[in-house]
Order: sequence, then structure tokens, then C-alpha cells
Amino acid sequence: MKHYVKLVRPYLIWSVLMIVIPLILIVIYSVTTGGNTLVNIQFTLSNFKKFAEPIYLQVFMKSLQIGVITVLFCFLFGYILAYKICKFSERAQSFMILLVTIPMWINTLLRTYAWMSILSDNGIVNTILTKLGLDPMTFMYTDFAVIVGMVSDFLPFMVIPIYTSLSKIDHSLIEAAHDLGANNVQTFFKVTFKLSLPGVVNGIMMTFLLSVSTFVIPKLLGGGQYMLIGNLIETQFISVGNWNFGSAISMILAVVILIAITIMRRMDPDDAEED
Amino acid sequence: MHNKIIELKHLTKNFGEQQVLKGIDLNIYENEFLTLLGPSGCGKTTTLRIIAGFEEPSGGEVLFNGVDISKVPAYKREVNTVFQKYALFPFLNVYDNVAFGLKIKKKSKSFIDEKVKKTLKLVGLEGFDKRNVTLLSGGQQQRVAIARALVNEPKVLLLDEPLGALDAKLRKEMQSELKKIQKEVGITFIFVTHDQEEALSMSDTVVVMNEGIIQQIGSPVDIYNEPENRFVAGFIGESNIIPDAVMKRDLLVSFDGFDFDCVDKGFKENEEVEVVLRPEDIDIVDVENSKIKGKVKSIIFKGVHYEIVVETQYRDYLIHTTDYFETGLHVGLSFGPEDIHVMYKM
Repeated sequence: MKHYVKLVRPYLIWSVLMIVIPLILIVIYSVTTGGNTLVNIQFTLSNFKKFAEPIYLQVFMKSLQIGVITVLFCFLFGYILAYKICKFSERAQSFMILLVTIPMWINTLLRTYAWMSILSDNGIVNTILTKLGLDPMTFMYTDFAVIVGMVSDFLPFMVIPIYTSLSKIDHSLIEAAHDLGANNVQTFFKVTFKLSLPGVVNGIMMTFLLSVSTFVIPKLLGGGQYMLIGNLIETQFISVGNWNFGSAISMILAVVILIAITIMRRMDPDDAEED
Repeated sequence: MHNKIIELKHLTKNFGEQQVLKGIDLNIYENEFLTLLGPSGCGKTTTLRIIAGFEEPSGGEVLFNGVDISKVPAYKREVNTVFQKYALFPFLNVYDNVAFGLKIKKKSKSFIDEKVKKTLKLVGLEGFDKRNVTLLSGGQQQRVAIARALVNEPKVLLLDEPLGALDAKLRKEMQSELKKIQKEVGITFIFVTHDQEEALSMSDTVVVMNEGIIQQIGSPVDIYNEPENRFVAGFIGESNIIPDAVMKRDLLVSFDGFDFDCVDKGFKENEEVEVVLRPEDIDIVDVENSKIKGKVKSIIFKGVHYEIVVETQYRDYLIHTTDYFETGLHVGLSFGPEDIHVMYKM
């Protein structure tokens, strides 16, 4: 046993170099001022104070709103999809799960560009609309386009944990519910859904985390003026060059996500019952 | 035990190419403890699942109080099941597991409360209401499963090898407990098991099944003493089966070169038959006093009795006796006419 403990060392070194040190740097940046070089730094909380300005709070609220809507749609489509997949034979199931994950093999940027060409003013959707004699519509650079992009991008992260939970359900529990007089609808809400909750909680956490922190999708499908918190952080680091403020926003986002995860964990029956 | 409650009429079931039930005809009566007994894959669980409504029969009818229910979904049937691995809802405590069926039927709170408390008492789980079912012992989970089914007051309770997961001592305890509960609630129990001893000690009626066919239906005593064929004889207890006997005429059977008086009749003259001799029915006697002679091949101490194998000219005989006989000793075998059970050849 003792020998194998050594094997963990490269990973430890890697984690410290690539995760712990950068995190500490972000914390330092967020509570200091004096440029990006860390040469003459001064402690300050002004970075956090700045975030309280209405313009930034608005971006923050908008991000949460878009995030929640994205999670809701992901949950709705993802649950139905996972539930339907579970009804097939085992071989068909693994094939369908493969289909769900295939888009993840392709770069997000490419997938987002694909949505641009579908939704743009003379894109596929509008071409079909005009062919049908309907007025073309503007999809690009709207909330709609951003949400469509996010839902399609993050759906696998909802489907897979829910599918895993559903497929693990002991079928005799379903039979027991029928045996005790529950019809299909009652059985679903009183038994199946409850047993799939761990997957639902994981799926919601993952998709929420992804959708509040993304910046590629809102940038491409929302346009240059479209600001979500991910874009704000990106701008602070890349365009404005204010690493201190960028770090402070990152810290705030991290705390919000942590709070959200803690709340979700409470709802997970497996984790909550520690008393 | 007067009125038929369930009638199975030429029930068949195919899973793909495989036919697991090949025409089951069975009457089940009110207040009866009936056991479906057989080796795994004999169709006993499938029969039970068809009665419960989890499987649809491929052919035949299931009559419940005279009405065909083979197309009625499980949740509308007046039967409840105790599952092999209990199938308790892990997210509900003991009380809510037992109350599940009554809550579905929208019974009043006070009614549910009274029924659940009463049923938990019946199965010996008073005061377990708030306990987490996943933390209970196997025996306790078993009792919750029985209570959860019984609380709905089904006309028939189906039990799918419910004692299979318990250890030997607990099994014995639950066997008598189940019998007691059945007498107390006064409903029909249909019990599935592969354990012959369990079947014999609990049932009013035993149905022995093999390869999708009913081999014999009868009381435990009948099944043990008068097995109808070689399969039943071999499956119920240990036995010596003589496959090459001939029925000379009524009350006279011939094997191992001798004629023996017996109590069986109704066979054709000189019909080839099979004979069962239970190990505990054979006595070891002096060589001079017996027709069948042999020598002791092995002796094993089994606690209450010795298990002795005697090698004879035609075959080895298995004998259970409390007396000790040395290996290699020449002995005679003796049995009375009522110990010889003649069966039709399979």
C-alpha cells in the first residue's frame, strides 16, 4: 500500500501548480489594486464595491435569469429524453446515449457557429419561413438565440446524470407501486421521479454552473453588445486589462455557484439524510 | 376452503422462442395456503406474476371470482405481492411504506393511521413507524413488505420466494409466523418456493411444477407419500427410485428379481412402472431374513440419523437409520407393502 501513495505525487504537484496557485492569485488580485504585475500592491475592497454599481448588477441578474431559463429547458427536455431512452433495449440505450454525447466531441465554437448560420437573417430557418410565405424573423442577437445555443450545448450534461439515475432503478419498485394500486402517472410521481432525484440534482448543478459562466455562446449568438457575467469577466481580463476587477467578479460568481450547489445538495435525498 | 377464488385455465406463456408455461390448470380456493414448488425455471414465478398482473399470459384464462382478469392491469387487481427482495421504497420510512397503498386509494388520515398501526402490530413491528427501511435487518424488511401488502386487505396475497434471502434460523421463524398470519387474516396465500421442506411444513396444498407443467397437486402428506412420478419423488425429499419395476398385477410389483406385495392398484397387467422407496422406510436386517441382500458401502453421521449406502446386485440403496452398521458388513434390506410407492413411468 505504502508504495502506491507515492504515485499520487505528480498529481499533487500538478494540482498545486495549475489549480491552487492560480486560485490564490485570483483571491489576491480581487482584494488589491495596483496593476496586473503584483509589484506594488495595496489592499482594497473597492473591486467588490464597484460590482454593486447598477450596470454590473444588471449583468449579474441577467446572467442568473438566462441561467435559470436554460436549466429549466434543459431539465424539461433532458428528463423526457432520458426517460424515453430508458424504455428501449439495453443495446439501443447505449447507442442513444452515444448519440446524445456525440455533439460534445465537437468544439463549442463550431457548434455555436452552426447555430449562427441556422438562425441568422438569411439562415436556414428564415429561408424556410419565406418559402412557406411567412415573414422572416430576427433570431440573432436575442435572448432566444442565446438560450437555444445554451440549451443545445448543455443538454447532455442534464441527460446523462438523469439517465444514470433512471436506469439504476430496481424495476420491482415500479411493480410494487402498481401492485399497491398506483396507476402509471401516480407511479411516476410517487416512485420513479423520487428515485431519479439524485440525477436531477446533479444535472441541474452542472447545467447551471455551465450556463452562468459561459462567454462564447452569448458573445457569438448575443452579439457584441450582449453582456453576461462570463463576458464581463472576459472583457475585464482581455480588453480592459483590469485583472483586479475581473478577479473580484470571478470570486463573486464562485460564491454564488457554491451557494446554489449547497441548496441543491439539500434537496438530494441521498446527501441530505445525515442526521 | 369451499369457494374457488382463482382459476387458471390452460395458461401458457412464451418468452420469445421459449415456452415457460405449457398449459397450467389450477383451482385456488378461499383461505387456502397454496405453494407453487419447483426448481428454478419451472414457471412458478411466472405463474405468480401472471396472477399479480405483471405479465400477460400468451394463452389461457385467469379467472378471479369467475371473471377473466388476464387483461386487467396490476393496479386494479384485488391481490397484493410480497416481493423476493422486498422492494421497499427506500425514500419512505416504515410507516409511509405500509401506508402507500391506502394513500393511493385516498383513504382518510385516521383510517390509514389505524390500519397501519394494526398491521404493524400483526407483523410484530410495533413502534417501528419512523425507522428508515434501508437500515432494517432482512427479517424486519420482510415484515414491512408483508405489512405493506396486507394493509390493503387483498383477497389473495402472493409471496415470491419471500424467505430466500434470510438465514436458516430466521427462515424457520418466519415460516411459522407466516402460517400464523395467514390463519389470523383468513385470506388465500399463494407462496412460491424451491425449498421442499418449506413447502411441506407451511402449505394446505402443494403444487409441484417442472418445465412449465404441473407435476402433482395435493396435500403435503400426499405429495410426500404418494408421489405421482419420478420427478416429484426425486424433488420432494431423498428417495430410492427403481426405474425398472414391473407391475405383475394389482397389489404385486416385481423388481430386483423378486415379487413384493404392495398397496397400489389400477395399473395394467405387466405394466412397466417406477417404484419409490423413502430412505427412512427401509430397515437393515439380517441377511437370512430378506430378499434383497447387499453390503454396506458407506456410512455418514448426520446428527439425528446415519445415512447409509448399501450396495446390492442391482443398485445402491440409500437408508436413514439411527443404528450403526460397519462398512463392508453384509446386510439384508426389508420394507413393508405400504412403504412401496408405485408410480407411472415418465
